[in-house]
Amino acid sequence: MRIGVLALQGAFEAHLRAFSALSIDTIAVRTPPALAGIDGLVIPGGESTALSMLIQSAELEQPLRSAVVSKLPLFGTCAGMILLADEVTGRRPDQVNFDAIDIAVERNGYGRQLQSFEADLDLDVTNDRRFRGVFIRAPRVTRLGPGVRVLARHLNDPVLVQEGRTLVASFHPELTSDLSLHQYFITNVVRAAEAA
Amino acid sequence: MSNVSSASFPVKRGLAEMLSGGVIMDVVTAEQAKIAEDAGAVAVMALERVPADIRRDGGVARMSDPEMIDGIIGAVSIPVMAKARIGHFVEAQILQSLGVDFVDESEVLTPADEAHHIDKYAFDVPFVCGATNLGEALRRISEGAAMIRSKGEAGTGNIVEAVRHLRSILGDIRRVGQADSAELFDWAKKLQAPLPLVQEIASTGRLPVPLFCAGGIATPADAALAMQLGAEAVFVGSGIFKSDDPARRARAIVEATTHHRDPEVLAKVSRGLGAPMTGIAMDEINQRYAERGW
Repeated sequence: MRIGVLALQGAFEAHLRAFSALSIDTIAVRTPPALAGIDGLVIPGGESTALSMLIQSAELEQPLRSAVVSKLPLFGTCAGMILLADEVTGRRPDQVNFDAIDIAVERNGYGRQLQSFEADLDLDVTNDRRFRGVFIRAPRVTRLGPGVRVLARHLNDPVLVQEGRTLVASFHPELTSDLSLHQYFITNVVRAAEAA
Repeated sequence: MSNVSSASFPVKRGLAEMLSGGVIMDVVTAEQAKIAEDAGAVAVMALERVPADIRRDGGVARMSDPEMIDGIIGAVSIPVMAKARIGHFVEAQILQSLGVDFVDESEVLTPADEAHHIDKYAFDVPFVCGATNLGEALRRISEGAAMIRSKGEAGTGNIVEAVRHLRSILGDIRRVGQADSAELFDWAKKLQAPLPLVQEIASTGRLPVPLFCAGGIATPADAALAMQLGAEAVFVGSGIFKSDDPARRARAIVEATTHHRDPEVLAKVSRGLGAPMTGIAMDEINQRYAERGW
């Protein structure tokens, strides 16, 4: 199994380290050929405006759309959630989005850096375990499609949601040493897709 | 649930991590800020004069007018940084009250305190500080800095000092990694840095916060050089808006930072950019900003 991590900008190194710690083979994706042969793709946190432009200039937009259509397992964190969502408010009109999950998100929905925070989350997916969620100028989920499963909430907001093979978080599991969400992606999304 | 904390160190360092692989651009107007955002900047540094102009004008350089910082915050959706003088914690308080996303305690401005840096733990806003060597970097981290950048020599368009600082910091990190546990006490003494931080870098092989490059980047090749040396992102001060075609150069530096190991991309984005800022050699300057800070 090999997991690609989009490595154009943002916290991609932290995701690469997390999968390496789980003994998962990884590849940093900066060009279309790097997408060949991967079993799942992570779109990390970063600045969604910059990521969007770099995706276009690296000619990754069409290959990524094809990956969504072919139901490649996808894991988006923060900016990755914004890029994968069906609907985004507060984004630039020229920003790409991949319509990979039927949710609406508001960019910087919790405010600026001074409103950034960390909080304990109850994850439905990790045996009753708590997960420390780090939210950085995070997107807020404002609408959920009927097929979207909520895996964690902060107060009333869904912050970890999944639809089919797309998993997205408004926080940053790559910024903590807890690997349980990366493990969940491998076991319950990528391996489940292989078995299907 | 709950146990919510804002302004914790992971929350501060987290924003620095999100800027990794990106370009932070100095801007002096809302129009420049929009050009920077359009070019793919991950953040902008709002200031009244770019370092090249501060260097030319001389005199005391201070925090920018809150009105211009507000104007830039209102103009873009990406994070906005602003500079406070070294040790000037009241300027930092004002910047925090404006809602800036990062404060740069910067040697480019005239220092307000010749012995003390700001106690950065006293703030909710994260700080970035410059460093010329590993000891200085670790002292700033021990004061609460959530990001370190090389000082370089701002406003010169000359990368030589930033290269010196990155090589010094990263070279010493590699050397500390080779030391045995007894030698780490001596390293802490030599570096004039807290022992626990020295022990931490010995075991992880990296600074506990992201290391960015600043000071003298003028071309896409300069940005790629900094990244290949081991910087995690770059600041470009005077290099963009003192060049012939700021929008194109900004975009080219963004591409070069991402694709810093791909010479074909670097050649492509370096073509036909017009003149870079003129730049100055180190023996032509009489004030070295990098010597500010302690």
